[in-house]
Amino acid sequence: MGLFIAQLITGLANAGALFMVASGLSLIFGVTRIVNFAHGSFYMLGAYIGYTLMQVLPGAVGFWGAILLAGIAVGVIGMLVEILVLRPVYRAPELFQLVATFGVILVVADLTLMIWGPEDLLGPRAPGLRGVIRIMGEPVPKYDIALLVITPIVALLLWYLIARTRVGVLVRAATQDREMVGALGVNQAWLFTGVFALGCGLAGLGGALQLPKGGADLLMDFNILTAVFVVVVIGGMGSLPGAYLAAVIISVVNVFGVTYLPQSTLVLIFVVMVLVLMIRPYGLFGRPEVAGEHGQVGEPEKPIRPAGTQVRLLVAAGIATLAALPLYGSSFSQVLATDILIFCLFAASLHFLMGLSGLVSFGHAAYFGGGAYVAALIVTHSNSPMELAFVLAPIGAGLGALIIGWVCLRLTGVYFAMLTLAFAQLLWSLVFQWGEVTGGDDGLVNIWPADWLNDTTVFFYLALILCIGGILAMRHVAHSPFGYALRAGRDSDRRAEATGINVKRVQWLGFGFAGMMAGLAGGLFVFSKGSVFPNEMEIARSFDALIVVFLGGVKTLAGGVVGAATFKGLEEVITRFEYWRLILGLLIIFVVIVMPEGIVGTARKWAERAGWLRGEETRKRKAREEAA
Amino acid sequence: MTTASHPPASQSATQARSETRSEAPPSPSPVLETRNLTKAFGGLVAVDDVSFSLQAGELLALIGPNGAGKSTCFNMLMGQLAPTRGAVWLKGENITGMNPRKVWRKGVGRTFQITATYASMTVGENVQMALMSHHHRILSIRPRAHRLYRDEALALLEMVGMADQAERHCAVLAYGDLKRLELAIALAHDPAVLLMDEPTAGMAPRERIRLMQLTAEIVENRGVSVLFTEHDMDVVFAHSHRIMVLNRGQLIAEGNAEAIRNDPRVQEVYLGGGTVFAQEDAADA
Repeated sequence: MGLFIAQLITGLANAGALFMVASGLSLIFGVTRIVNFAHGSFYMLGAYIGYTLMQVLPGAVGFWGAILLAGIAVGVIGMLVEILVLRPVYRAPELFQLVATFGVILVVADLTLMIWGPEDLLGPRAPGLRGVIRIMGEPVPKYDIALLVITPIVALLLWYLIARTRVGVLVRAATQDREMVGALGVNQAWLFTGVFALGCGLAGLGGALQLPKGGADLLMDFNILTAVFVVVVIGGMGSLPGAYLAAVIISVVNVFGVTYLPQSTLVLIFVVMVLVLMIRPYGLFGRPEVAGEHGQVGEPEKPIRPAGTQVRLLVAAGIATLAALPLYGSSFSQVLATDILIFCLFAASLHFLMGLSGLVSFGHAAYFGGGAYVAALIVTHSNSPMELAFVLAPIGAGLGALIIGWVCLRLTGVYFAMLTLAFAQLLWSLVFQWGEVTGGDDGLVNIWPADWLNDTTVFFYLALILCIGGILAMRHVAHSPFGYALRAGRDSDRRAEATGINVKRVQWLGFGFAGMMAGLAGGLFVFSKGSVFPNEMEIARSFDALIVVFLGGVKTLAGGVVGAATFKGLEEVITRFEYWRLILGLLIIFVVIVMPEGIVGTARKWAERAGWLRGEETRKRKAREEAA
Repeated sequence: MTTASHPPASQSATQARSETRSEAPPSPSPVLETRNLTKAFGGLVAVDDVSFSLQAGELLALIGPNGAGKSTCFNMLMGQLAPTRGAVWLKGENITGMNPRKVWRKGVGRTFQITATYASMTVGENVQMALMSHHHRILSIRPRAHRLYRDEALALLEMVGMADQAERHCAVLAYGDLKRLELAIALAHDPAVLLMDEPTAGMAPRERIRLMQLTAEIVENRGVSVLFTEHDMDVVFAHSHRIMVLNRGQLIAEGNAEAIRNDPRVQEVYLGGGTVFAQEDAADA
C-alpha cells in the first residue's frame, strides 16, 4: 500500500512538466492552428537555460527565480521565433507552418549543442527540498511533494487567465473564429505572437521545473514530444482540464508500468491512448473539430493533367541518365542513388495520401519500417527465401495500414494526424521493447538479398525499376477514377456522399495503398542495408517524409518526389559539416518563407510568370489581348 | 420505426389537410412522401410533425421565413440528418434514416444551399465524378478519369447551358454558374426526385428567372419531380405548381399560388400580425 501511494505521488509529480508542455501546445494549436513540432525544443531550452541560471543565482530564491526566469526567457525566444519564422507563412496552406517549426527543432538542437556541449547535465537539487520524506514507510522525494502543489497552482492560474480575463476571452474567441476576432478590431498578429510566447513559456517552465528530477540532455526535445502529443490527444485538443487529467493518467500509468510491467511501459501508454480514443474519439474533454469547407487557407488546387510531351521527355531523359549511372558512377554513387530512390518512393507514398485525399499522416514511417521489419522478421525467424520475404513486405505493410487506417479514419484533420502518430509510436515501442523477437534496440542484422541480387549494381537496378515503377503507378492511380474519388472526398465530403461516393471507404483504401507503397520502399531498404533498427519506424523518420512532401509541394503531383530527391541529396552534402542540423534547419526555414507553395508549386508559378509555362496567368493575359 | 410496416396509401396523417390536398394534381401514389416528420435539437423542435407528398412531375415549393426549418426538413429527406420521429417514403419504400449515398442510388439528387462542388477539378470533371459513381467505377484504377463519360457530362452541361465552360477550373466560377453546375451534377444519374435547397439564392434577378425556367423545362422533359425551398416569392409564385408554407417547424398552409397569397396565416407570418403598429398607435395615443 505504501509503495502504491508513493508511486501515485511520483506519477502525479511527473505529470507537472508534461501538463505544462502539453497545455502550451494545445493553446498554440487552438488559436493559431499551428502544430508546433518545436514544442519539445522549447522544453529543452527551458531546462538548459534554467540550469545555467541556477549556477549563477544563489540560494532558494535563486533556484525558484531561475525556474521562473527560464520560463520567461523561453517565452521571449518563442516570441522571436513567431515573429521571424511563422508570421511570414500564416497565409500558406494548412499545416505548412509545421515545416517551419521542424526547421526550428534542428536549429535549436545544434545551438544547444554549441552552447552547452554534448554532456548530459545533472539538475541541481532544490534548496531545502533535497531529502525524502517517508509516507507509510516508503521514501518520497520532497521535491515531488513540492511539484504536487506547484502544478495545480500553475493550472489554476492558467485557467484563470483563459476563463476570467479579457485576454482569455480573446484567446477563446480566436480559437473559435479567428476572422471574426480580427473583424472586431483585435490585432490578430499580436494575439498570435502573445499566445505563441505564452505556450513556449509554459514549455520552458516545464523544462526548468523538472531539472531536479531529470536534468537536461540533448534528446529531451523528441523524447517529450510523443508524450505531449499523446496527452493532448487523450485530453482533447484545446482543453486545459483535459490536458491536466491526461498528463496525470499518462504519468501514473508510466510509473506503475515501470514497476509492474517494465518490458512494456511504452506500449502501455499507447494502448491507453487507443482505448480512450475508441470510446471518446475527440479525447476526454475535446469536441469535434468544426471543419468547414470554408476552412481552406490559400488558393484552391488546380485541376491535374497528365504531363505534357516536354515534361515526359525530360523525365525519360532523367531516368535514362540514372539508368546509365553504373557506366560512369562509382559503386558509392550507386548506393547513394539507391538510398535516394528508396526515400523518393517512401515520400511519394505519403504524398499520394496527403496530396490526393488530404489526409495528413504524422506516422507514415510505421509502414516503411513495418515493411522492412516484416521482411527482416521473416528472414530471421523462418528460412524463407529472400524473394518471398520481399513480396510480403508491402503486403504486410498494406494490411497494417488497413487495420490502423480503419481506426484512425474515425477522426478527421489534425486529430487523424495525431492518431496515426500514436499508432506509429505504438508499433515502434513494440519493436523496441519486444527484444526476443525483434532484437530491440540492436535491430535485426544479416538480412541480405538473394545471391543473384547481392551486387550493388544489380540491386541498384532492382531499386530503380521498383521505385520508378511504384512512383509512376501512383501517378497513374492519381489520374484514375479512384484517385479522383480521393480528391472528391477531400474537396467536398457533402457532395461526394450526396452522389453515392463512400468517402470513408475510398480514404481507407487510399490509406492502405499508401501504406503498401511505403512497405515496398521499406522492403527495398532492408535488403539494401542488410539490417533494420527501430529508428526506421520512429517519429523522426515520419517527420522526414512529411517535411520533404511539404517542401516539395503538397498541391502538385511531382512535389513528393522532387522534395525527397532534393533534400536527400542535400543531406548527403550537408551532413559532412559539424553543425549540419543548423544549416539544414535554416535552409528549411528559408525554403518555407521563400517558397510557401513548395518547391514545385512555387517554381511553377515563377515559370508561369516568366512566360515559360502556359498557366492561368498567361491564359488570362491572352484572353485580355484577344478581347482588346 | 413504427411506421415501417404500413404501406404508404393507408396512412391517414395527411387527411387533416384534405381540403388543400384536392388542389394538387391527382396522382394515385406520390413519388416522395413524409409522415409526421419531426426533428428536435435538444428542446428546440426545428421540424414539427410535417407530412406532405410530392407527386410525379410536380414542381413543389417549400417556403417559410428564416429558421422555419426548411433546410432541416431537406436534410432529413436525403439522410444528411436522421429524424427524431416520423418517416420518409420514396416510391413506396421507407427510406427513413438511410444514408445519403443509398438515397442517391435510389434516385434522389440534390443541390445545396451553400454549393458543394469539387473545387480542384474542372467543371466537366465535376459532372464526370457523379457519372463514374453512377456507373460504379469509383474504385477502378485503370482508366484515365478525365476521359470517362465525357460526352454524357457535356450533354448534361449543355442542358444547363454550361458546355462551353467544361474545361474551366471549378474554383473560379461565378456563384450562379456554380448553382447551374450543381444542377447538372444532380441530374447525372437521371433521378426521379430532385431536391433543390434555395436554388437561386445569391443570384441576380435575371439569372434566377433563367434557372427556374430551366428547372421547369427539366420537370417537363425528363419527368423529374422537384421539391425546392426558396426565399424569393416572385420565383415561387411564378414557377411552382404547388406551395407549402413552413413556420416554426410546422406546415401552416398548402395550395396553389392564389390560395397561398390569400391565406391569412401566411400573411401573418410574412407581414406580421399588425401588433407592432397597434402598439405604436397605442403609444402615440
